[in-house]
Amino acid sequence: MANIYTAALMEHNAHPDYKYDMEGATDEHEGVNPSCGDEMVLKLRIEDGIIEEAAFTGHGCAVSQASADMMADLVTGETVEEARRLCGLFMKMVKGETLTDEEKEDLDEAAQLESISHMPARVKCAELGWRTLSEIIGE
Amino acid sequence: MSASANNAELDRTACAVADAAHAAQASATAGDIVCAANIAENPYKRDFPLLANHPDLVFLDSAATAQRPAAVLDAQRRFYEEMNANALRGLYRLSVEATEAIEIARQRVAKFIGAPDAHDIVLTRNASESLNIVAKAFAPTVLKPGDEVCITIMEHHSNLIPWQQACRAAGAKLVYLYPDENGVITPEEMDAKIGPKTKILSVVHVSNVLGVQNPVEELGRRVHEQGGYLVVDGAQSTPHIHVDVQAIGADFFAFSAHKLFGPFGMGVLWGRDELLNAMPPFLTGGEMIDSVTEQDATWAPVPEKFEAGTQDAAGIYATAAAIAYVESVGLDVIAAREQALVRYCMDEMAKLPFVTIIGSPDPDMHHGVISFNVDGIHPHDVASILDMDQVAIRAGHHCAQPLLTWLGVENLACCRASLAFYNDKKDVDALIEGLGNVWRTFNG
Repeated sequence: MANIYTAALMEHNAHPDYKYDMEGATDEHEGVNPSCGDEMVLKLRIEDGIIEEAAFTGHGCAVSQASADMMADLVTGETVEEARRLCGLFMKMVKGETLTDEEKEDLDEAAQLESISHMPARVKCAELGWRTLSEIIGE
Repeated sequence: MSASANNAELDRTACAVADAAHAAQASATAGDIVCAANIAENPYKRDFPLLANHPDLVFLDSAATAQRPAAVLDAQRRFYEEMNANALRGLYRLSVEATEAIEIARQRVAKFIGAPDAHDIVLTRNASESLNIVAKAFAPTVLKPGDEVCITIMEHHSNLIPWQQACRAAGAKLVYLYPDENGVITPEEMDAKIGPKTKILSVVHVSNVLGVQNPVEELGRRVHEQGGYLVVDGAQSTPHIHVDVQAIGADFFAFSAHKLFGPFGMGVLWGRDELLNAMPPFLTGGEMIDSVTEQDATWAPVPEKFEAGTQDAAGIYATAAAIAYVESVGLDVIAAREQALVRYCMDEMAKLPFVTIIGSPDPDMHHGVISFNVDGIHPHDVASILDMDQVAIRAGHHCAQPLLTWLGVENLACCRASLAFYNDKKDVDALIEGLGNVWRTFNG
């Protein structure tokens, strides 16, 4: 089995750039993963259809924290529409659907979480940030 | 063939494989126990086909469900190949044999837990169903508004939610016994919680998180003094220690087969004869009636009164084979080996400064169960990384959320390694090495 605890994942977990309490958010949503006890509040500052800032607070396992940090990194500066597309790609990937090489490139580091689809008990951890995002911006 | 000769034949068949496998250990001698405690050797693993099929698997989750010996799998298959017919209603020989297989199994279960009469062994689907029978059919006959049901904070949800429901329905109060820092329920705590209002005391015999054995005899004596009843959840005790329901002074005792190296989907409820007789049925339908009219029905005697619907006769037969297997290995041998494994494991864990064991520091109080956390690392991450080394542990709330809340563990979750007698020193070494990998993954 491919190791999901890659250097990138461990780095995002240990030093999450996007884990802070944002001021001036336009949108926020709480996501929970009851099986792990993970809890997260995701805040966005959306201006003119562009996600200018994304940040989260909360606690959880390394997979949920790192995945949320990768997500925030990826969607910052993107249009809501593009964020929705990326979110859809990620959800497809962790459910075990194959992505094209271009799609994987679009997901950047988050594509490293592909093999989590073989660990059904952990898919919810990886999804938490993305699911919370999609609850704000829609699918 | 006479009925008794037939019984003997079935009994012999059910247990032949298990008995042959461990004939030499049919009654444990001091020498057997010394051998069993030699955890560098493992004469037991070969009895378990799954472990043979996965030679690299380090299975440390037996408290969730145990592996099954070939004797149990063979019995299940033999029932379908040689005895299969619907039990109870048969008027032909095969069905009678199926019925007898169930009754012989019932006798073996009764003997295993020291029940005086096999008729008081109710065969259910699992320990949860057994406990629900007590909470739904017995509790309403004794609980009045203002009464109390007493349980411990270390209950599995299966011995907790049924009592929440029973108390809500009766207007009774659910009272908790809390252990001290070693997991022990002290006499002072009993004094404070068990009183004239306590009508039912329902307690886990061995905790699935702390591994501690509760003082059920003392608890029973106290609740009986108050005119109440003692219910014991034996799901985690029956695989590890000798159980004698009469010595305990239990009024009801519940356990499941799948933690006892038996099949899934089989549970047992033993109750005192007069209590089972006085209780209304739990589930109703086929097989549990005496006679039925358009508007009414009367009930079959105990235990059939509580066994509505077609029973899993093959599962019951295989449960008897599991008990035969356990008896052939010997619970003294099992306990000695598990103690040696737990002691070694806790000694090795103590050398890892980043591991914190939950519960008593005394290995003899753990009954195969070691719950722990790794500093700053979520239990699910620990389990996932161990899984890469083929080490299977459980991580989460272990169906004991109120306990984890009370313990105040981070994320309401912990790791649990649970050892059985088919584990050995290599398994523990793999866990310890794996924990080192977990730490290095997070801390370089």
